[in-house]
Amino acid sequence: MHIVVCIKQVPDAKNVRIDPNTNTLVRQGVESIINPFDLFAVEAALKIKDSDGSTRVTVITMGPPQAAEALRETISRGVDDAVLLSDRAFAGADTWATSTTLAAAVRKLGDVDLVICGKQAVDGDTAQVGPELATLLDIPYATFVKKIEALDGKHLKVIRQTDEGVEVWKVPSPALLTVIKEVGEPRLPSLRHKMRAKKAEVPVWGVEALGLDPEKVGLSGSYTQVVRVFSPPRRGNRVMLEGAVEEQVEQLFRYLKEAKVPGL
Amino acid sequence: MHYFLTEEQQMIQDLAAQIAREKIRPQRAQLDEGEEFPWELVKVLAQSDLYGLYIPEAYGGMGGGIFENCLAVEKLAEACIGVATTFAASGLGAYPILLYGSEELKRRYLPDIAGGQRLAAFGVTESGAGSDVSGIQTTAVKDGDDYILNGTKQWITNGGDAEIYSVLAITDRSKGPRGATFFVLEKGDPGFTFGKKEKKLGLRASSTRELVFQDCRVSRDRIIGREGMGFIVAMKTFDKSRPGIGALGVGLAQGALDLAVEYARKRIQFGKPIISFQAIQHKLANMATQTEAARALVYAGARFLDSEPADMSKVAAMCKLFPGDVAMYVATEAVQVLGGYGYMQDYPVEKMMRDAKILQIYEGTNEIQRNIIGQELNKEYGRLKESFF
Repeated sequence: MHIVVCIKQVPDAKNVRIDPNTNTLVRQGVESIINPFDLFAVEAALKIKDSDGSTRVTVITMGPPQAAEALRETISRGVDDAVLLSDRAFAGADTWATSTTLAAAVRKLGDVDLVICGKQAVDGDTAQVGPELATLLDIPYATFVKKIEALDGKHLKVIRQTDEGVEVWKVPSPALLTVIKEVGEPRLPSLRHKMRAKKAEVPVWGVEALGLDPEKVGLSGSYTQVVRVFSPPRRGNRVMLEGAVEEQVEQLFRYLKEAKVPGL
Repeated sequence: MHYFLTEEQQMIQDLAAQIAREKIRPQRAQLDEGEEFPWELVKVLAQSDLYGLYIPEAYGGMGGGIFENCLAVEKLAEACIGVATTFAASGLGAYPILLYGSEELKRRYLPDIAGGQRLAAFGVTESGAGSDVSGIQTTAVKDGDDYILNGTKQWITNGGDAEIYSVLAITDRSKGPRGATFFVLEKGDPGFTFGKKEKKLGLRASSTRELVFQDCRVSRDRIIGREGMGFIVAMKTFDKSRPGIGALGVGLAQGALDLAVEYARKRIQFGKPIISFQAIQHKLANMATQTEAARALVYAGARFLDSEPADMSKVAAMCKLFPGDVAMYVATEAVQVLGGYGYMQDYPVEKMMRDAKILQIYEGTNEIQRNIIGQELNKEYGRLKESFF
């Protein structure tokens, strides 16, 4: 079985700041990490590899040249191969242009039986790339998956966690799954894989290698354009009510009365 | 300080540090409190390849030496020496097989030890044989092609949790020091059982039990080396393993120093962080200097011992002695820097102080290490023709 896992580098959420003058994310000096949900996707793929040694796991990411480091980190955890999709033409991509690029890479890899993504990236939070990628590849998909089992050579049994409850699906292969953290805690690197990661060749595929039209990717291939980014103004004058519920009700009543709310 | 590590050694350090930070540190208080054997962490370590650092590649290891193992042990010990001892004790159990075992024994046991699938343990100590190893009472009596073991080993680290045991027994008391022999025992061998788990001052994540042999029959192919070589095997094993105990001390001292400095920078008394007071600065300065000196000794000693010198015992003893004393000193001072908070179980330094004490006791007390160093000095200088007067 050949599994492709899509990952994304995101700013470490612990250190995110917005520049109040430009209203953009301050990326300088902020460490990049692998999107946490994508590490669960890597773990899900490696779990399948644990139970079936013939499984090959390839990780791909679209990003700047530095993103190769994120790919190497997945190799140090046990992934077999990695491909970096990097080209100036990819810059400024929305989810559709990103999915277009990823789809071309999955097609170029060929013999892919399963694509796994994290349920969403913690920076954009759209959860769109997985389903869009499946649509472009014309394969079925299941989102919010917490467990994957091989049924036979042609089907997978997947368990989805939804707000309404747990669903068990039979999914024909090839398919795309987006996974949640219940899929399993990501394993740490091993020394042998770390040494392999250090030496691993990470091919870089651009627009040409992927046979893509530069107009269909990056900013020019994006349907959504970011018009403005801003931090919502801080809400001032907040009062926390404390004490027993009765006391809090009394306080609230007093405040509302002071504020001259009609009817009180 | 920069110790000119190779890229691979740097990776070992980084990986062990990541395991310590992400997996051991969050659990150490709970493991200490509950005296739990850290099976989950053993699994993480097994998956990391670190169990095989000092084992040749031919037997499934990484082909490194004492030094590589020390780098990993030190980083794990920064978080918890209970967990790090569980890890290192498997190496202590494996060394007799690695150094003197037949090709068949090596093939049978080392790959599983290197992969962390099976833990090893070392069984020498008895109730009447601590510092005086010659006092052991466990016997192995030859019976055809087999040996029958009887006796009780005491305070065996990983006892009951390990699968593979290197055990020293008397095969011929009349031969004195040449009458002891090492055997490989497996958990599950008929006649081999375990005593109760000991309750300890510190090191509570590590398990310590008795090994009990009652007419335990093993075939002669379980002998490590040859009959009568037991004491040599034990001494050579200690020469390899003692720097690892030193690395536990360096790690524990560094862990305590890290907490003490961080605390001293944040704790405000008399309107200032307490690190601005000379009394605290001098404490921290002594702690840091001692810790670095211990590290420098262990690294230099481990590298030297990996070169297979003729005389190893003096340096191996120094590598165990000094960091153990340093760890006890630094942990005690860390408690003092944290004051009342340091004494409370809500903070990790009181555990470090309880844990540190074992480093001056196990694998040869520090008094025994001084004896070894003293005897080696006497021998060394006896060989010199030169006078220094």
